[in-house]
Amino acid sequence: MDFLTALQVLDSTVRLSTPLLLACLAGLFSERSGIFDIGLEGKMLAAAFFSAAVAFTSGSVWMGLLAGTAASIALSAIHGFASITFRGNQLISGVAINFLAAGTTVVVAQSWFAQGGRTPSLPPEGRFQTITLPFAEALRDVPIAGPIYHELISGHSILVYVGLLAVPLTWWVLFRTRFGLRLRAVGEAPEAVDTAGISVVGLRYAAVAIAGVLCGIAGAYLATGLQAGFVKDMTAGRGFIALAALIFSKWRPWHALGACLLFGFLQAIALRYQNIDLGAFTVPVQVMDAAPYILTVVILAGFVGRAIPPRAGGEPYVKER
Amino acid sequence: MTLMKSLSGAAAALALTAGAALAEPALIYDLGGKFDKSFNEAAFNGAQRWAEETGGEFRDIELQSEAQREQALRRFAEAGLNPVVTTGFSMATPIANVAPDYPDTKFVTIDGYVDPEEHPNVLSILFSEHEGSFLVGMLAAMASETGTVGFVGGMDIPLIRKFACGYAQGVKAVDADAEIIANMTGTTPAAWNDPVKGSELAKAQISQGADVIFAAAGGTGIGVLQTAADEGIYSIGVDSNQNYLHPGSVLSSMLKRVDVAVYDAMSAGADLETGVQVLGLAEEGVGYALDEHNAELISDEMQAQVEEAKSRIIDGEITVTDYTAEDSCPALTF
Repeated sequence: MDFLTALQVLDSTVRLSTPLLLACLAGLFSERSGIFDIGLEGKMLAAAFFSAAVAFTSGSVWMGLLAGTAASIALSAIHGFASITFRGNQLISGVAINFLAAGTTVVVAQSWFAQGGRTPSLPPEGRFQTITLPFAEALRDVPIAGPIYHELISGHSILVYVGLLAVPLTWWVLFRTRFGLRLRAVGEAPEAVDTAGISVVGLRYAAVAIAGVLCGIAGAYLATGLQAGFVKDMTAGRGFIALAALIFSKWRPWHALGACLLFGFLQAIALRYQNIDLGAFTVPVQVMDAAPYILTVVILAGFVGRAIPPRAGGEPYVKER
Repeated sequence: MTLMKSLSGAAAALALTAGAALAEPALIYDLGGKFDKSFNEAAFNGAQRWAEETGGEFRDIELQSEAQREQALRRFAEAGLNPVVTTGFSMATPIANVAPDYPDTKFVTIDGYVDPEEHPNVLSILFSEHEGSFLVGMLAAMASETGTVGFVGGMDIPLIRKFACGYAQGVKAVDADAEIIANMTGTTPAAWNDPVKGSELAKAQISQGADVIFAAAGGTGIGVLQTAADEGIYSIGVDSNQNYLHPGSVLSSMLKRVDVAVYDAMSAGADLETGVQVLGLAEEGVGYALDEHNAELISDEMQAQVEEAKSRIIDGEITVTDYTAEDSCPALTF
């Protein structure tokens, strides 16, 4: 593999990792507050559809992003309503959201655009264009650093940079602010938070809403950043890979970045080299596709340290009487 | 007693209406979905044309999961719909299971193969995709400046390899030194609906020098065609005529006249002749698309060469290897 090929694979890694990363951070906020969220996939899908639909009708990609995020927050609100207010089963609520999104996006798309559950192709102003960072062209010919800057760091859509910036921001919010401390506490020992006179319900709703925003950006990136429109089921399981990444990273932001980059890298490698010939034997492409799940199982089985989820995760909080 | 009479009368009337509905045909789409802009949509267009021309009506259903295949077949057969037309190779086994139970219903499988000896009420329609792919492969090789062309398949199944293999042979027929990069999107049905992955595959192929990419990947192909248009290279559509999606970038489309097959089956109605039907270049079952959207991309010389190859394939002077028959490809290794 020569230098340029390596750069192209890494470039592809960045593009493929971004939706995973945003969804993974969404799950991080939600699960750190004690609300399991397997509806990441559905929220991304709904956001992908509404961002594409509104970007097409309004001709503005920013309006699309707004609409996609709003749709995702609406689904988050349903999840919160079912699992926080009504103390329902969080897993079932998440599954319901996935089904709801898979069905409604196609039905609404069909009734709005009559193109069989897809949106029309977006015009250029309805898509996030790639951004060329300052000096990228000028520095192009500098050996080593030039191509890295030009190919790998520059030339992505703005949402990629948003995703990358979300990592330190998440870390700062969760570990350096009062809100973050309370949010983590509510996922570990909600009764303690309640005793301190802070609203468990309010904190959990806040966490779920943040998850909605991040999933919304992830979905918008798929439909208006990477693609030019919505196609049914276009998330293709990325929400679940993000969940795997969340467990793999043991619910920590920087590790989440690493896990998502790793999973994105595996995908990029699988796309570039279908069957990898190692001389003695060939690694079939399916192994690469399954790798995120295999790695997650390995982590869960406790081979590489234990993955301990937030203690109050999955448990609806009932005030003591 | 009178009540009893009127009840049985109503039952008889119901039975009569059920009998009248016998002529209605049914159409079952495969998992790609009715409006995939490609294979299933072509089937829908054929049925739509039949409905418009005859004023008849047809019933259709989009499958959502593997488990629904037999269920949908039985539903339609029990409702007295005839013939029941299905798309996709995966319907072959369910049809073989269901057909003996409904001997009066004619089943049509497009792309699937059901033994005609065992199941006399089934018509298997197969297309010579390798021949059509051969022609677009020639176009790709002639349009390519880098000498490298790409292929993006959907789910890795023998049928899609048949496309790839025919395409590769067509490319090699024009330029024996040409390099062909062939990738499959995945091994599950999700591979038909992942345009993001399609885009990444196209980008990876472009960075390896490909300047014409043939997408035989259902909804995933939308992403391939989009990326090709964004990056300013040529792409080739599949099944339906996809030239209009990105005029000036879609070089041509490998047509598979699923619409004609569906139209013919529905027109024949209950008198449909069963057995095995193979639609190739000679029957105009496959071909390449030429319209106002790609007229500028296909020069007269290119067209002449392809037309010549076409007639030579029909005459049997050129034989295009069929991957599904040989299980290997002379021009491409998978």
